Amino acid sequence: MRRMTWFNVTSLTLGFAFLYLPMLILIIFSFNESKLVTVWAGFSTKWYGELMRNTAFLDAAWVTVKVAFISSSLATILGTMAAVVMVRAGRFRGRTMFSGMIYAPMVMPEVITGLSLLLLFISLGMDRGVFTIVLAHTTFAMCYVSVVVSSRLVSFDQSLEEAALDLGCSPVQAFRLVTLPIIAPAVISGWLLAFTLSLDDLVIASFTSGPSATTLPMKIWSSVRLGVSPEINALSTIMILVVAIGVITASLINKRNVVRQRREEAAAEKLA
Amino acid sequence: MALDVFAPWEDPNAKPLIQFQNVTKRFGDFTAIDDLTVDIFEQEFFALLGPSGCGKTTMMRMLAGFETPTEGQILLAGQDIGAVPPNKRATNMMFQSYALFPHLSIWENIAFGLKRDKMPKDQIGERVEEMLRLTRLEKFARRKPHQISGGQRQRVALARSLAKAPKLLLLDEPLGALDKKLRQETQFELMDIQETTGTTFVIVTHDQEEAMTVASRVAVMDHGQIVQVATPDVIYEAPNSTYVADFIGDVNLIAGKADPQGDKLHLHWADGQPALVGSPLAGITKGQDLHYAIRPEKVSISAEKPADAANAIQGEVHDIAYLGNISTYHVQLPGGQIIKAQAANNRRISRRAFTWEDKVWLSWTDTAGVFLER
Repeated sequence: MRRMTWFNVTSLTLGFAFLYLPMLILIIFSFNESKLVTVWAGFSTKWYGELMRNTAFLDAAWVTVKVAFISSSLATILGTMAAVVMVRAGRFRGRTMFSGMIYAPMVMPEVITGLSLLLLFISLGMDRGVFTIVLAHTTFAMCYVSVVVSSRLVSFDQSLEEAALDLGCSPVQAFRLVTLPIIAPAVISGWLLAFTLSLDDLVIASFTSGPSATTLPMKIWSSVRLGVSPEINALSTIMILVVAIGVITASLINKRNVVRQRREEAAAEKLA
Repeated sequence: MALDVFAPWEDPNAKPLIQFQNVTKRFGDFTAIDDLTVDIFEQEFFALLGPSGCGKTTMMRMLAGFETPTEGQILLAGQDIGAVPPNKRATNMMFQSYALFPHLSIWENIAFGLKRDKMPKDQIGERVEEMLRLTRLEKFARRKPHQISGGQRQRVALARSLAKAPKLLLLDEPLGALDKKLRQETQFELMDIQETTGTTFVIVTHDQEEAMTVASRVAVMDHGQIVQVATPDVIYEAPNSTYVADFIGDVNLIAGKADPQGDKLHLHWADGQPALVGSPLAGITKGQDLHYAIRPEKVSISAEKPADAANAIQGEVHDIAYLGNISTYHVQLPGGQIIKAQAANNRRISRRAFTWEDKVWLSWTDTAGVFLER
């Protein structure tokens, strides 16, 4: 292997430092004995213990997971349906406008999405809480799911579905038995994306929640305004850990599938 | 010869399995199929042959139910199937890309259609085993499609489409993805399977050799219309147009003016050259524009003028294509036209009689070629 020049080494180090140093500091200080966030006073896990006894945080975490799970599931169903329509329907009047409108929330400033949803909920006289946050998150996560799924559908061999119809499937059966299992990886990553988007959303949740429901990002944000406590460092460390485990697992599964597929294809070639 | 010849299309009482009746299919402004009428009979191996864009795939997709005719009717066993969706039709299709379900094993792929029919489990098992035996895939039942070779995938696709014992099997360029040698073997396999199962096959292909090999009848298509439907030998020996003659195999086409002479037809094709003599066509008047088509292998090449040949022209060897078993001589006539003549290489190449720029005589009988009006 070629040796890296000092320039490459430096830029790599600086780049990674820029990305990960803040998180590293956060993780280190979550094990700080002292109550002061910026003064190191020895190793301790007491803030993790404190966190477990803080019911406000635990309640917020539960609300967040609940919202993320329901809204990402709804967004996956709606987004997949939208993707199927957009890829399959061919040309019809207003197709460009329609597809543009599906993707628009991606570039819309969150403040505007949040504000318009808030106005809608008020005018409908809806009590704001978990339900309204779920609706709001579904709305903006749906377009991300639809982008992920439609990029998979574009390369999907249409004749697979035709073969299913030809062999006696109704259109719904063909989708359930053939299309869905094949595009499942894209649907799952769409779900994961929607889940993480919902987990860390602060702006839209602040607009659409009521006094009865507070998500974790909202809780963290409001407590930080009163001063950063080591407890929040501990909480953030746990969140980083959870996300990292999820991402690494997903990429390992993906990589293993690719390797296995390649090996089997090579074996088939030899056999021919 | 007491062998019964299979030719239901010549029997006026035979009931066709499929009838296209004045079928037209338009996609927007584009007419893919133009007022097409044809009958296909039970147990036929019917080939739709033509260049890409001629409408052959559209015809097949209408049979499968993926497209509906804009005008006209398609009858299957006497029933109009225009409004019947693909999943309710007694037809099955083998796709060009094979369209094997990648997430299912070979066994499950073949069983897929049977399960949709709610067939009892033990019967499904029997039928799948039977199909695996027929296509010699028993060893691969548990594999996934990406774990087998291209030729095996092709056989899985065939087994899957045959499993439901369709009245009609549609094959869309079934051998296109195979290399030449495997393709030839598979052609004979297909014919064997068609005979053992007694299923009616309709095959779409752009490969004329494939159509000639497998089919009981060939329909040559162009611009959404069938130009000629006939058995492979009729298509080859008696094409009805220069388009068919040119599309199937190699042919020499000579244009000229007609001159009916008793029970023969003469063609004046160049000044100072003897007229070509052949069997007449009905309704030809003197001076009419005509084409004469003659296959290279029916043209003899010799050093001396043959004494008794009906047609003989002198020319000069312009090019020789050596193909091993045969050689094709490109002979230039005085007018500049090139005529191809084929001769079997039954002697070693060093003993070849003719070489470049030799003066040679081309000759053929008065029944070797055909006159064509268009």
